[in-house]
Amino acid sequence: MLPAIKLTQVHKHFGALHALKGVDLSIEQGEFFALLGPNGAGKSTLINLMAGLLRPTSGSLSVMGFDVVNQYQQARHALGVVPQELVFDPFFNVREMLRFQAGYFGRGAENDAWIDEVIECLGLSDKAHTNMRRLSGGMKRRALIAQALAHKPPVIVLDEPTAGVDVELRHTLWEFIKRLNKEGHTIILTTHYLEEAEELCSRVALLKQGEVIALDTTKNLLASIPGKNLRLRLSGQLPASLSGMVRHQEKPEYMLALNEIGQVEFVLSELRNAGVAIEDMQLIEPDLEDVFVDLVTRK
Amino acid sequence: MSLINQRLRGPWTLFKKEILRFWRVSFQTVAAPVMTALLYLLIFSHVLGTKVEVYPGVPYTVFLIPGLIMMSVLQNAFANSSSSLIQSKVMGNIIFVLLTPLTYIEFFLAFLLASIVRGLVVGTVIYLTAICFIDLPITHPMFIFAFAFFGSGMLGTFGIIAGLWAEKFDQMAAFQNFVIMPLSFLSGVFYSIHSLPPVWQKVSHFNPFFYMIDGFRYGFFGQGDISPWFSLSVVIGFFVALSILTIGMLKAGYKLRG
Repeated sequence: MLPAIKLTQVHKHFGALHALKGVDLSIEQGEFFALLGPNGAGKSTLINLMAGLLRPTSGSLSVMGFDVVNQYQQARHALGVVPQELVFDPFFNVREMLRFQAGYFGRGAENDAWIDEVIECLGLSDKAHTNMRRLSGGMKRRALIAQALAHKPPVIVLDEPTAGVDVELRHTLWEFIKRLNKEGHTIILTTHYLEEAEELCSRVALLKQGEVIALDTTKNLLASIPGKNLRLRLSGQLPASLSGMVRHQEKPEYMLALNEIGQVEFVLSELRNAGVAIEDMQLIEPDLEDVFVDLVTRK
Repeated sequence: MSLINQRLRGPWTLFKKEILRFWRVSFQTVAAPVMTALLYLLIFSHVLGTKVEVYPGVPYTVFLIPGLIMMSVLQNAFANSSSSLIQSKVMGNIIFVLLTPLTYIEFFLAFLLASIVRGLVVGTVIYLTAICFIDLPITHPMFIFAFAFFGSGMLGTFGIIAGLWAEKFDQMAAFQNFVIMPLSFLSGVFYSIHSLPPVWQKVSHFNPFFYMIDGFRYGFFGQGDISPWFSLSVVIGFFVALSILTIGMLKAGYKLRG
């Protein structure tokens, strides 16, 4: 089966800035894939290249086997992109915008049932006849997602879809996206909420300074961090002998990285010797955030 | 819609959207320019109406109407494509069109034809309003239509170029005020160039707007400053040249795709 997205040695320069440094990436059909990385890592550049909004300096990209430069029409038919910025056309209402968007892709009245379904599933039903200008931020975000889905593309890219979005919408959105994924749509997601990526995505690529520094299944990435995390709330300062184990801290809470469970004993004895009391303690599994911080800071 | 096959549905949708965009705010995009043209007509005919006769047997007020119609046609054709593009660029919603499989030729045609429609709608409304008050002859209707069509086409294309080039609203306003306004006001809308000193007559010949106004006026009165066929060739020549330039810019993704 053709990969949904394939990038081969993709470079992108913006003047002196080398934004993407030979990215190779293949995303299979039906995957729920996360593209992670700190700000400025090149995630949006990568998405804009897939969408044809930017042109690669060298290398090639394809969507469902269609080259995004030479076969751009077929490639764009296969792709739906939810942009990061909350952009909208102030002249029209939600339903009109969705019909126009589908129309640009050659779809007409036969597509209206799908548009109704998208409107319904994204909770836009009572706003369908409201002008885009009058929608709240959250509603605009929903409309933006609906627009990317209007032509029912097999590959859907969501660039920070939940930035500044309330819990209810996140829930509605992910339920709908999960359903689309089950129906066979490939989903590519960028997000700063790593718990979302961990919960939803089966595979993750981590970008840093224009390079893929990790590409693996979420499970393997989580397993790559040995040991466990120990969260402590203390009555006083953490003893200096334990400072090397700190993963992150927000006094009086500390997160310590344990290589193996036996280290708990060492931590407790050091605290006892220093006369620091434990107010609360929790042993937790490392999450994607730990992997992320670990990889981004290490390499 | 059922007659439009799937291949044409994309560009047709963009064209329809561009038409609806100005029609939704027709008070501003149609009624306002009609009002402006009628005010010019009222004021100039009051001041000069009985004192000046540009062509034998043609009073100044009657002489003025075709020029005013054409000036409005041209300015509105320009305004349609340029304002749509600059607005969607600044707002960011141009992305919705850029993400689609529409080709650059389809993009060009949709914006161009919508501009022509806006120009022709404004011109027709001014004409219909004017003839309620003033008797205006029509000698060569085909010339009237040809100049209105290719003139608005040329300015619609010019509007696409300006819309692609400008990045901010003030750049667009500068383009409008320092290029479009002088060219249209100094084109012979309010006078025949034969009334100018010889040097300025020569200078006028370098203004493409002069040919559009003069040829359009010829369609009404059967007389003009130069041959309508020559004017039509100039207008079509400019239209084709600007179209080639615009299509080239769109193909290269000028200021649209990095």
